[in-house]
Amino acid sequence: MSDNGPVQIRCPVLNVRRVDAYYAITVVAPGIAERFRSGQFVTVGVGGDHSSTLLRRPFAVHDVKPDYGGTVEFLFSVRGTGTAWLSERRSRDLLDVVGPLGRPFPLPRDPVNCVLVGGGSGGAPLFPLAQSLRRRGCRVDFVLGGASADRVFSALSARRIAETAAFTTDDGSFGTRGRVTDVLGRVIEEARSDAVYACGPMEMLRAVTAVAGSRGVPVQVAVEETMACGTGICMTCVVPVVGGDGITRMARACVDGPVFRGEQVRFDDVGTIPFDALGAPGWKGSSAARAAESARDIA
Amino acid sequence: MGRVGPDLRIRLGGVELPNPVVTAAGCAGAGRELDRFFDIASIGAVTTKSMMLEPNAGRPAPRMAETPSGMLSTTGMQGPGVDVFLQRDLPWLLSRGGRAIVSVAGTGVGEFGELARRVSDAEGVSAVEVNLSCPDPGAPAGRHFADDSERAAAVVRTVRSHTRSGLPVLAKLAADVPDLVALARSCVEAGADGLSMINTVRGMAIDTRSMRPAVAGGLGGLSGPAIRPLAVGCVYRVHEAVPEVPIIGMGGVRTGEDVMEFMAAGATAVAVGTTSFSDPSACARVLRQFTEALEARGVGRAADLVGAAHGSGAGV
Repeated sequence: MSDNGPVQIRCPVLNVRRVDAYYAITVVAPGIAERFRSGQFVTVGVGGDHSSTLLRRPFAVHDVKPDYGGTVEFLFSVRGTGTAWLSERRSRDLLDVVGPLGRPFPLPRDPVNCVLVGGGSGGAPLFPLAQSLRRRGCRVDFVLGGASADRVFSALSARRIAETAAFTTDDGSFGTRGRVTDVLGRVIEEARSDAVYACGPMEMLRAVTAVAGSRGVPVQVAVEETMACGTGICMTCVVPVVGGDGITRMARACVDGPVFRGEQVRFDDVGTIPFDALGAPGWKGSSAARAAESARDIA
Repeated sequence: MGRVGPDLRIRLGGVELPNPVVTAAGCAGAGRELDRFFDIASIGAVTTKSMMLEPNAGRPAPRMAETPSGMLSTTGMQGPGVDVFLQRDLPWLLSRGGRAIVSVAGTGVGEFGELARRVSDAEGVSAVEVNLSCPDPGAPAGRHFADDSERAAAVVRTVRSHTRSGLPVLAKLAADVPDLVALARSCVEAGADGLSMINTVRGMAIDTRSMRPAVAGGLGGLSGPAIRPLAVGCVYRVHEAVPEVPIIGMGGVRTGEDVMEFMAAGATAVAVGTTSFSDPSACARVLRQFTEALEARGVGRAADLVGAAHGSGAGV
């Protein structure tokens, strides 16, 4: 057991609120709040102790505050029985929360210019990131997109925190009609961005990585994969990722991610086992690859 | 002033474990991830993820679908290969004071023997578990070694002959086989010192929007409380047939009471599997609840529970 690792706690709900098309729940969770770094997520048990819905739901953390010793807010949309149950929670109900989980966004040492790109509820984890970057003296610009106006998350906060904030919607009901990548290139140029951070659907992350890459700007992406455990043991949330050693591995989004360097994610091969991945059918590993694997410290 | 609690020790083959709560293979890695939530040395043993001879990338996504009181999964046994496991993961677990039951999965009978030899040569292993729910290359596609008692026995015999004496060999049985009791007997006759049961049950969920199976490859392994009565029934039947053989019972264990149930059916030890996905502290909680349940009933020795539901006695 380690002191800076995740904790599992029964947290009282402070409040549940509607935010456009989403719900936001704030829980009192000092142990999680004090350990949290932006990009990390929590998992929440749904349906109560005797529920037939076994699996925890993973949520990015939208906000952490020092009130009541430490509160954590996460955002979700109702997609099934689990999230419907969550949306019906009320103040003082208890939730079983585990966190913080996963690798956080790496932060730049110097006060550089950063553009933060979010799709739908994927915008949520960018807000604590923006605060961290601002505290380091970084310039922050936002690009947030969604299917429609009510799915562009927290436009007001984005305007308040960031130097500039651009918005896109698929239906044109808010901001520019189109995708975040339709405006990203312009934002990067105008803001002279040095780094891009992105969270959202895999397709969006692929496109953002391509736009940033074509301008030579490094990009960190936080993936949103379905997962059973969130702690690294179930092996269901894997994504093909190229390591620093050039070897592709089926990396666990929950513990090896959710944050990866964009260019290291093999977006074209998501949902497959690339033929050259470590241990793919017919794979013949070199002794060097094995030695590298053995030396790796995964946990 | 320490109060003397119940004696939780149990024996699996020739090996003593401090208590009967272990992890199920594939539900705890090699213990490292769960050790962030409880002391991994506090439970009976960690049954490690099934190790293959070579690194294995596993199956494509989607690998998982939630089902009522359970889940379907098909990871394809992704792992780094047995050598990396023995050099990196096993030493970590032993250094933390944990005990290791090492699960092995071969692509053929001979490979099981090689796996057993390498695991047997490593120091500090408590037992070898043979995952018989691996595709049998000598059988039609989709058939596992466990589907044929003689093929399963051939694997167990090979593993036993490549494992040093004194190191117990446990055969991991599947429930969805033609004759479970015959399978259990064959494995015991082939040299298994104990049996682990049950593995996941082959099942399917279909996404009715796409009209395609919800997990890649179609069939997945069903686990969780949905299969618990099935698992308890299997343990009961096999204990009745071979009462002298220790069994690690598993399938949807969620609480200390569930451990009591499996032990009453005939299990000597009980594994927590899918519940560790939903509750990373589950093993420690289940052990605590089990200990409290023994105290509440005035049971002094956990081992006395084994098979309590059999026969005409009043039970505990």
